[in-house]
Amino acid sequence: MTRIGVVTFPGSLDDHDAARAVTLAGATPVPLWHAAHDLEKVDAVILPGGFSYGDYLRCGAIARFSPIMTEVIAAADRGLPVLGICNGFQVLCESHLLPGALIRNDVRTFVCRDQALRVESRDTVWTCAMAEAQEITIVLKNGEGGYIADAETLARLEGENQVVFRYLGHNPNGSMNDIAGITNARGNVVGLMPHPEHNMEELTGPSLDGRLFFDSLLAFVAAAT
Amino acid sequence: MARVIVDVMPKPEILDPQGKAVTGALKRLGFEGLTVRQGKRFEVEVDGELTGERLDQVREAAEKLLANTVIEAFDVRVEQQ
Repeated sequence: MTRIGVVTFPGSLDDHDAARAVTLAGATPVPLWHAAHDLEKVDAVILPGGFSYGDYLRCGAIARFSPIMTEVIAAADRGLPVLGICNGFQVLCESHLLPGALIRNDVRTFVCRDQALRVESRDTVWTCAMAEAQEITIVLKNGEGGYIADAETLARLEGENQVVFRYLGHNPNGSMNDIAGITNARGNVVGLMPHPEHNMEELTGPSLDGRLFFDSLLAFVAAAT
Repeated sequence: MARVIVDVMPKPEILDPQGKAVTGALKRLGFEGLTVRQGKRFEVEVDGELTGERLDQVREAAEKLLANTVIEAFDVRVEQQ
């Protein structure tokens, strides 16, 4: 069975929901502690949402230097699938696994809503089971979700098909080019502000679109082995 | 013991929502014509003598951790005692 690691930093909030989502998707969740030096032979890693290290200094800045991140960065460079959700996306940017940065929402308030997204690229490990231009709805909840990058980086992301998700209808946080999620050049590392792990069951969300992320990963792993 | 100050500011082209909120509050309080950008100040106590090499270490620390140079600029200076 596919093993998906879920990292817990001090202050992680959605690690349990992410682990539960992994189970619902038919894979085995593997808890990974921030101070550990071993990825325990997982097939993929999720960096969950929350407030790692209390968001001290900058969101994700201290988590980026935790022992487990040294292993995650090395493994991601070798092609291990990594999904960063919200605070996890911030950690990926601080780690330079993904370009750019996340800054405080331009509306200056915490935003919590069911967010419509357009799938801009299915050429990643985490979106290959989605359809090009598919519209999905995923929970968004953050205070610092404004995606920002310099003009050159932004042009490269757009030109190389590395923008994975765009906000539809309404830009909730001032993200440049309505960017909700991006990937690296190889397509194995994806970061997004919305929370797919919250859209797994009818009881707790208006859509089951979060399952598409796991369908994608499991299809990729099955094809690779 | 020497003290080194590291000032970190959002780059000029980066939106600064905190500074904007403070600017708005000042205006409501009747302070006209004051525009604020908000940054961070780190006071770094350096053990031993502050050599050029030690100062370079502080610069490296600022570049690596204290500032995110994608969105922030930093300045390192020695505080005169």
